[in-house]
Amino acid sequence: MNDKTPILSVKDLVVKFSLRGRILTAIRGASLDLHEGEALAIVGESGSGKSVFTKSFIGMLDQNGWVDSGHIEFEGHDIAGYKTEAEWMKIRGGKISMVFQDPMTALNPLRKVGMQIQEAVELHTGLTGKAAAKEAVEMLDRVGITNPALRANQFPHEFSGGMRQRVVIAIAMACKSRILICDEPTTALDVTIQAQILKLVKNLQQDFGFTVIYITHDLGVVANVADRVAVMYAGKIIETGTAEEVFYDPCHPYTWALLSSLPQLGVKGHDLYSISGTPPNLFNEIKGDAFAPRNPKALKIDFVHEPPEFRVSPTHTASTWLLDPRAPKLDPPAAIQALKAKYARRQA
Amino acid sequence: MNNRETLLELRDLRVDFHVKGGTFTAVKDVNFSIYKGETFGLVGESGSGKTTIGRAIVRINQTTAGDILFKNQKINGKIAKDLDREVVRKIQMIFQDPMASLNERAKVDYIVSEGLVNAEGKLGEAERLEKVRKALLEVGLLPEFANRFPHEFSGGQRQRIGIARALIMEPEFIVADEPISALDVSIRAQVLNLLSNLQRNKGLTYLFIAHDLSVVRFIADRIAVINKGEIVELAETEELFAHPLHPYTKALLSAIPVPDPIAERGKVVTVYDPGCHDYSTDKPCWQEVSHGHFVLANQREGETYRKEIEA
Repeated sequence: MNDKTPILSVKDLVVKFSLRGRILTAIRGASLDLHEGEALAIVGESGSGKSVFTKSFIGMLDQNGWVDSGHIEFEGHDIAGYKTEAEWMKIRGGKISMVFQDPMTALNPLRKVGMQIQEAVELHTGLTGKAAAKEAVEMLDRVGITNPALRANQFPHEFSGGMRQRVVIAIAMACKSRILICDEPTTALDVTIQAQILKLVKNLQQDFGFTVIYITHDLGVVANVADRVAVMYAGKIIETGTAEEVFYDPCHPYTWALLSSLPQLGVKGHDLYSISGTPPNLFNEIKGDAFAPRNPKALKIDFVHEPPEFRVSPTHTASTWLLDPRAPKLDPPAAIQALKAKYARRQA
Repeated sequence: MNNRETLLELRDLRVDFHVKGGTFTAVKDVNFSIYKGETFGLVGESGSGKTTIGRAIVRINQTTAGDILFKNQKINGKIAKDLDREVVRKIQMIFQDPMASLNERAKVDYIVSEGLVNAEGKLGEAERLEKVRKALLEVGLLPEFANRFPHEFSGGQRQRIGIARALIMEPEFIVADEPISALDVSIRAQVLNLLSNLQRNKGLTYLFIAHDLSVVRFIADRIAVINKGEIVELAETEELFAHPLHPYTKALLSAIPVPDPIAERGKVVTVYDPGCHDYSTDKPCWQEVSHGHFVLANQREGETYRKEIEA
């Protein structure tokens, strides 16, 4: 995977917002490479900046936000420097499109579903009129909506939640974009519907060959869909690796904590591992490792110097001082060791 | 198991709602008992009627037919004033969304003690403050927080306020309606631990309503699975996971995401097709197929399930 040039490359991205006269740094120097055809999941709790990070790829930051420094390289351009809507329109939809969390609000309630897809088709593929309408019906069929010709003539309120999310995906597909960003695509849906939607995106990805970024806080979903995982905390990517590496051999204490706090890994009758405190206030300057105040086993240096990125394997990186050769050997929590052991047994 | 004390019992419970052009049956013929001190999980998808059952127990939703028995006393429908007062105190509810369930314009002090003041007219100011202080401490909040407004708190803290509001009534039974699904991953564990610690220390009984089977597996002693207003299966937690019988339970179990990439990639999701039952002549009934394991099935299915369990 590493020998290919990435389709999208983000370097030291800093995104700031101005809120009531104060400056909030939402993304504090995040770097990430996205490879062609892969499915990457960005994991983090709310406020970690995972949505802001990806919104900056399509110029959809809120009015009071801006890219302060850093680069986003896509198709030979640094799109981080884009300012005007005209520039962004070349990227948004056509090249990179996004599926949002709530299918109830993503669609226009006053327009027929077919028209909403047709609009995207006309904007991005050059087809018009009847041909575009036909393509819209075709797209509905591709996302698994039965009787598409009839359904195209209905309004969003006549669709269930899962079906609406399928329509939103059809709109994104109609643009023939190279990268699809799914922002919590299944959080608003039931588990059985969630499984269907995730499978649909996977199948479409195989058929159309696009690249997917999932944004989610659900590690179960990540395990299902992702080839690679990036863990985000307080505006920084603190660990990246293949799904196997991050789930079976996590290195950052935050990744440890996140995995250990899952009820699936808990032992009944015993307390779950829980992360104390709350994420740091991004209005303040953060010194050292942002997770240190919540990490009971933080090293002294964690409070003083920010850890650099250490390379664990060609595909696995983590930003924690624990990986420094001078650091004391620290065993991961029991739940993580159990995961590791289970994986080792399976390999053997 | 059978000699355990039953705290709450539902008998053929039915809840109808009037909708345009008729009635909609949200809950039909639901039967189960909750034992004292246990956590009873009620799992289903949105619209399955799980919240309606919870709300019927706390007397928010009116029941159409059937009985709800709390300590062998009927508490649904028209009941005596004294009993109503007792039920209000002994059965409390924790709501799903801590952002929506707290009065934005009231201070924590008022929010936590409102129910108590309503239930007990004669309550001295000093006593009230002391009770609020104790309730806040019990849920891991500082007593000073009593003078603050809900918007000053994070989601996890707000949910703790919601729990304090229930605890101050000194309840015996708590209906927890998706208490952690609106919270962040890292906060969920905190609230789950708090709920189990409170249960241990105070001998509380929970009805834990959720859609996420993995959370329910961790916290519940027994689980009932509800689909479209009908309970389709009920068993002890590990029994349900080891031997799911009803096709709907199987579908639901197969869809749970697990944080294990290799297992996830190999997993097969089964889809529930209600057409797989042939109930035209042989009507389904609620039956016990093995000790403590109930399932909704007709005669023929029941026999198949019994064989499946023995195998």
